[in-house]
Amino acid sequence: MSLNQKRRVFLKGSVAAGTLGAAAGLLTPGAVLAAWNKNAFTAKGIDEAIAAADGSPTTTPSKDITIKAPDIAENGAVVPVSVATKMDGVDSITLLVEKNSTPLSAVFHLPKGTLPDVSTRVKMGKTGDVIAVVKANGKLYSARKSVKVTIGGCGG
Amino acid sequence: MAKSIKIRAKSKGGITTVKALITHPMETGLRKNKKTGKLIPAHFIQEVVCKHNGKPVINCEWGGSVSKNPYLAFKFKGGKKDDSIELSWKDNMGKSDSITAKIR
Repeated sequence: MSLNQKRRVFLKGSVAAGTLGAAAGLLTPGAVLAAWNKNAFTAKGIDEAIAAADGSPTTTPSKDITIKAPDIAENGAVVPVSVATKMDGVDSITLLVEKNSTPLSAVFHLPKGTLPDVSTRVKMGKTGDVIAVVKANGKLYSARKSVKVTIGGCGG
Repeated sequence: MAKSIKIRAKSKGGITTVKALITHPMETGLRKNKKTGKLIPAHFIQEVVCKHNGKPVINCEWGGSVSKNPYLAFKFKGGKKDDSIELSWKDNMGKSDSITAKIR
């Protein structure tokens, strides 16, 4: 148990620190892609991050977006998240973790022909919502799902 | 050094599913080294791009809150057996890697 506890504490430290703050002065990404959106990834607030990533903080909640994530995540360092929607004309899917110190986790740009259905794994500092913002036909739609992170183990 | 990526692409009914695993530490920059007490510098993938026959099918921007050894799965229309799939990533330290595979 003691070993396990130590591991939990370690995880807590590493995950709670889930920020991207050290971006200053680093190499600029290459020419293959559009420049990495530093402002969005270093934003501290949800609205701020969405605005920087998608151009506007205003999103319309939508039932057409499905977020697949566990209700309870035992290990906050690896939380599998899938986002899918039935909407047409999706340009991008933005994934945010509400309680992380810099909420923006990933932006997926989807060219025409790519289905709005992506999966990845994110780190979560503590219990909170995972937010997906879908940009379709120039409008922003969002959905959220609560994930309980039981860092302390034993059912939290 | 194309060993950092594992990729599998499968075409079925006109839709290709791509699944990829990248080996990368994904350090956020806020974790401390327990022995020295010093911060471990941030080191995470910022960009991932995947191309089908040279045409981009997904373009990702990632932050440090994507998990260690990141996983990515997505689907696109089109693509058939033996088409080429290329996936590449670039991190904040300027390192990069890419792999080319065939759709199964």
